[in-house]
Amino acid sequence: MNFEFNEENEKKFNNLLKRYPNKNSLTLPALWMIQYQEGWISQDAMQYLAKRLELSPMDIYSIASFYTMFHLEPVGKYNIQICKTLSCMLRGSENIKHIIENKLGIKAGETTKDMKFTITEVECLGSCGTAPCICINDDYVQNLDEQKVHEILDNLTHEETPK
Amino acid sequence: MIQKIVSKNFDIADSHTLKVAQANGRYTSLDTLFSMSAKEVVNEVGKSGLRGKGGGGASAGDKWNLIPNPSDKPTYLIINADESEPGTFKDRQILEFDPHLLIEGIICSSYAINAHHAYIYIRGEYVFWAKRMQEAIDEAYAAGILGAKILDHDYALDITLHRGAGAYICGEKTALLESLEGKRGHPRLKPKGKEPEWFYGCPAVVNNVETIASVPYIIKEGYEAYRAFGTKQSPGTMLFGMSGHVEHPGIYEIPFGVGMLDFINQVGKGVKDGRKLKAIIPGGSSCAVLRGDEIEDITLDYESLKQHGSSLGTGGMILMDDTVFMPSVVKNLFEFYHHESCGQCTPCREGVGWSDKLMGKILDGHGTKKDLDTLISLSDVLNGKTICVFAPSVAFIIDSYISKFKDEFYSLVK
Ligand code: SF4
Ligand code: FES
Repeated sequence: MNFEFNEENEKKFNNLLKRYPNKNSLTLPALWMIQYQEGWISQDAMQYLAKRLELSPMDIYSIASFYTMFHLEPVGKYNIQICKTLSCMLRGSENIKHIIENKLGIKAGETTKDMKFTITEVECLGSCGTAPCICINDDYVQNLDEQKVHEILDNLTHEETPK
Repeated sequence: MIQKIVSKNFDIADSHTLKVAQANGRYTSLDTLFSMSAKEVVNEVGKSGLRGKGGGGASAGDKWNLIPNPSDKPTYLIINADESEPGTFKDRQILEFDPHLLIEGIICSSYAINAHHAYIYIRGEYVFWAKRMQEAIDEAYAAGILGAKILDHDYALDITLHRGAGAYICGEKTALLESLEGKRGHPRLKPKGKEPEWFYGCPAVVNNVETIASVPYIIKEGYEAYRAFGTKQSPGTMLFGMSGHVEHPGIYEIPFGVGMLDFINQVGKGVKDGRKLKAIIPGGSSCAVLRGDEIEDITLDYESLKQHGSSLGTGGMILMDDTVFMPSVVKNLFEFYHHESCGQCTPCREGVGWSDKLMGKILDGHGTKKDLDTLISLSDVLNGKTICVFAPSVAFIIDSYISKFKDEFYSLVK
């Protein structure tokens, strides 16, 4: 098995054990730790977590696959999540999607060959008042218009962190 | 029209830091709190008429009263910060601009139900807001506001922040509890009688962020001060939101009972680009849609919206102007619900997917009148036959949109 928590996560994990009446509650926090450590959640990592929580690997898989934010396969370095729900749709999210797709040469749901970009369509991000909105990895980019999208993508292609 | 109780500190620079928060009144309700008994706090909140602001609108005091006192098991307070109802983005303002108000509310509410550990379940996407909240919690611990003693008072409280991972249904309180217990977020069956929620077999209260953030004001100023705002049955204020085709989208705190149209025109500055309002969803996508010409007499409170055949929900309104084609809206909403069904009940899992598929076919111009009839009949399949109210919300969408914008749907089918 080739997954183990790094030192920092090991410490976090042990601290969290004290904060819940039952260690089952650590499933989600621990899956997050794995994802931040590795970029995604591999079968090895799920088996590792199952041991740590005294659950079956199938339990972990069933939970990990229920929540849409866990990546059970590797994703690009920048995961561009486009909100497509109503408030964003009314403010032009469809157009934003087309710009991004055209610029990166992939469709929503795909990853570029160099593993740099993934486009994901997501449901309401809770940013309806500043729609249209996308989220790049952990960061929201709100009140988007065409120009802003071009700027962001150009910056990312040149490796700068999104604002 | 604007009435700032919960949002009082939103515009103050660095209001999220302990220093600024304390300089602007945070934690000043605690002296009053600890001079009262737990029972008195529950009574005070009950008398204030505070209603759950996550969508349900149930009385907070009634909920708290379900907790056995004394109890031989630990009690838990769980804060629902999962907001993911389309059109709703109000709790994040509290998390962003006044996290200490939420902590203060949690202290008051935990004391009332004798809980010594509270959990904040925050939606997974809110990474920035989770960090903010955690920083505030850390600051509070360091200042002796949380932990073994609360500002030297003989009461211990811990708060743990717990991140979700992208599941709309975890905003439903029992699904949230399942998720907090480390499982799939599947809503639980409703008990027959009134009882508290259960977290690992221990009694628990689940309340929304804004509800809990309203408590310090009630404790400090008394229930009558809170009741001075709003209407008799919907007392106090609420953070209302506007999104979609509105000139000034955003979150604004107003007392219940304000005219919907006045709110849109005065605070939201009207429909975007001066167009005509065609339709409005009052409080998140689960509420029945209203036609633009139906809202004249509506006031923003639970009773008025109910009378007009919809509901107040989360107060997050979505406006649509006259360029919007309703079948496209319904398709968009169906995709949302199709994606978010937890899959536990067959009518929901299959029915919502089927509705989505049929609507797609109709919208693409391949649908027949029979398809539309099937879609309409699916409403009956979805309503009242499932574990939670997710499937019935889809039924409301089918019923309200198709009956109110009939022509647009029938124009698509042969
Ligand atoms: S109605 Fe839908 S969301 Fe609710 S429990 Fe059943 S399957 Fe899950
Ligand atoms: S609809 Fe896009 S953030 Fe809510």
